[in-house]
Amino acid sequence: MTNELDYLKKRVAQGKLSRRDFMGKASALGVTAAAATTMLADAAYAEGPKKGGVFKLGSVGGESTNSLDPATYASQVPFHNGRQFGETLVEVGADGGLAPKLAESFESSADAKTWMFKIRKDVEFHNGKTMTPEDVLQTMERHSNEDSKSGALGIMKGISNVSIDGDSLKVELNEANADLPYLIADYHLVIQPNGGMDNPGAGIGTGPFKLEADEPGVRHVYSRNENYWGDAANYDGVEIIVINDATARTAALQSGQVHAINRVEPKIAGLLGRAPNLTVNSTPGRGHYVFIMHADTAPFDNNELRMALKYAINRSEIVEKILQGYGSVGNDMPINAAYPLFDASIPQREFDLAKAAEHYKKSGHDGSPIVLRVADGAFPGAVDAAALFQQTAAQAGIPLEIKREPNDGYWSEVWNKQPFCASYWGGRPVQDQMYTTAYLSTADWNDTNFKNAEFDDLLVKARAELDTAKRKEMYSKMGMIVRNEGGLICPMFNDFVDAVSNDVMGWETDPNAELMNGYITHKTWLA
Amino acid sequence: MHPIIKLIAQRFTLGILLLVAASVLIFGLTEALPGDAAQAVLGQAATPESLANLREEMGLNRPATTRYFEWFGGILHGDMGVSIINRLDIAESVGKRLGNTLFLAFWAAIVSVPLAIFLGLLAVRYRNRWPDKLISGVTLTTISIPEFLIGYVLVYFLAVKLGFGSALAMINDDMSLWQKLQSIVLPVMVLTLVVLAHMMRMTRAAILNVMQSAYIETAELKGLSVFNVIAKHAFPNAVSPIVNVVMLNLAYLVVGVVVIEVVFVYPGMGQFLVDAVTKRDVPVVLACGVIFAAIYIGLNMLADIISILANPRLRHPK
Repeated sequence: MTNELDYLKKRVAQGKLSRRDFMGKASALGVTAAAATTMLADAAYAEGPKKGGVFKLGSVGGESTNSLDPATYASQVPFHNGRQFGETLVEVGADGGLAPKLAESFESSADAKTWMFKIRKDVEFHNGKTMTPEDVLQTMERHSNEDSKSGALGIMKGISNVSIDGDSLKVELNEANADLPYLIADYHLVIQPNGGMDNPGAGIGTGPFKLEADEPGVRHVYSRNENYWGDAANYDGVEIIVINDATARTAALQSGQVHAINRVEPKIAGLLGRAPNLTVNSTPGRGHYVFIMHADTAPFDNNELRMALKYAINRSEIVEKILQGYGSVGNDMPINAAYPLFDASIPQREFDLAKAAEHYKKSGHDGSPIVLRVADGAFPGAVDAAALFQQTAAQAGIPLEIKREPNDGYWSEVWNKQPFCASYWGGRPVQDQMYTTAYLSTADWNDTNFKNAEFDDLLVKARAELDTAKRKEMYSKMGMIVRNEGGLICPMFNDFVDAVSNDVMGWETDPNAELMNGYITHKTWLA
Repeated sequence: MHPIIKLIAQRFTLGILLLVAASVLIFGLTEALPGDAAQAVLGQAATPESLANLREEMGLNRPATTRYFEWFGGILHGDMGVSIINRLDIAESVGKRLGNTLFLAFWAAIVSVPLAIFLGLLAVRYRNRWPDKLISGVTLTTISIPEFLIGYVLVYFLAVKLGFGSALAMINDDMSLWQKLQSIVLPVMVLTLVVLAHMMRMTRAAILNVMQSAYIETAELKGLSVFNVIAKHAFPNAVSPIVNVVMLNLAYLVVGVVVIEVVFVYPGMGQFLVDAVTKRDVPVVLACGVIFAAIYIGLNMLADIISILANPRLRHPK
């Protein structure tokens, strides 16, 4: 019994067993609840966070053209860089709630049109300067002004004016938005000295680690920020090593050269999980792999044809074969249970050849091949997923023709240009942001050319609605509209699949992004 | 003027002209690729506004010829410019990567060239007997297997299973020479296996060719040992084709190892060039392309000159 308890305690300390499960399993071994609680405290104390060591992360998605300028972040390595040296005003917690970071607190006016963020005092940048509300103001300015090329430009658009009010930042909006703090938590909006106006790529922020060496496309080295305003990091330093090759990444982890890797291919995740010294962590997230039709371009301007295609795809087969089970089926809307205010009562769309054939017949399509453009760069396994789709569609009498496109230039030449292609979305923290980004009639990234006045109206109303029950109802309606009329075929939501060495303690599941939303270097420690 | 100096001067001028032609070609082809740097950077996140802003900032709105001649003017002043993507100085970043590439190529050459020539000589010495067949068999097998596969197999068995060498051939300035060498053991092994056969076979063939000559028979008749005959009489006369193939392989070790760099995550020029091409970072692509072309042209020129010097008939043209 002692051995089993020791094992369970270790699992709790590693974060692989919840406290609740521990209590359950311990009582199964005949331990009383009170004794189990004491044991748990002991386990946490004995195995509690340790200081020291350099955490090495092997990450995909780094190039020699990367910059540390947060406005340019578009792939994994820059994202993780931002997490080391930089911080945002607010962060989204693992439970989907908001936590203050560089803003001590925040509040909105009753109409949700004006927001006040109280800026934390005595926070020091890595260059020794103290952070002021002016720095925050300049940061917001840099990401939203006319010359901006920031990845956050889209979410900054609704802001009409930003100003300083005492020790607070006052954000005024064109329209009410109850979700503004979620937008401010975007990983591009790292607070920099003077907003990064002087040297945006300097890598100077307020984060728990400060930059030591920056070799784009090779590695980025950080050391602990001893003057950090919060609890100092456990690790003495962090080294992010760019390993774009999947096989090299797993070999590096297996041979102990890195402590964690991201983007484990579903194909090998099962095999890798059997290796003795590491754990594969699969985290359901909000990212989804999709096929998108332009709802205003023939033949996809016919909703019967869109419905035919939606019924003709076998979602569970695709999740099983393309994601090897590391994901969940989609429901032709960009929202899943990982979002707050998700309506679980919306029925799941099933694979139904009879309905597909019926809708196809009703559409009056002339039977000429429908061209679907794909590349593996759209999402891993896109070409195979398209082949499965083609087979099931053929069974319903729908002729799909797959046109394979090069990865190179896919996002500039195919996506958002061709009427039917494969794509992916990383997901957003809240429904409003996801819909506003890609489903509002006027959105720049409306990649399904979906234009629906009722939907737009609901979206604007829901944004200003502070009553969550009413809001949930509105989101449910919007979800149904996209599901039944939109140009989105969403067969699956993909999990974040990371692999972590067993020497790393304190793993927590965080659905916001891979590797504990990038906080693995802040929250874990080496055994 | 001495004919040799004249010849070198001629070759040198031709090489420079070739380089200019190569740069025009590289620039033209990069421009012809679909999309531009602004689109490549923003990718899926592009909006018409942010694209326009970025193009303006990168100076992509100006005509292609203007941009090329600006770059060319810079090069004449020894200025490679800055990357249009991350604004880092190209000379500095390329310099580091080039240093790493040359470091790996140098050690791979140090191991593989003498080994290949020695094995070639050995194969001649034991012609058509089992050592010859073994050497040919093994080297031909390793050249026939794709290099990434050899790389993965070595990583799996040596680095992961046995803990020998390192799966990541990361090198950086903080490492001592010894640490660097330890970290590149596996890629050097792979590169050696890949280039060995070509040089070994050429050495064997060239020497065998010479071995048919009358003077070799004389040397044998006067009682020299077989190895002495090969080393003293056959090898010097077979040097020209061997040097040619060695140079070709050296050039490969510098410019052709991008796959190995990816497998071993080695921070060399190849990966750097690939990144620059996908991001349409024209100045960086040009810098890398011209350096590669210069190395290729330079090594071939060197091979020619050595061949000429080694051959009296070419040395004193009538």
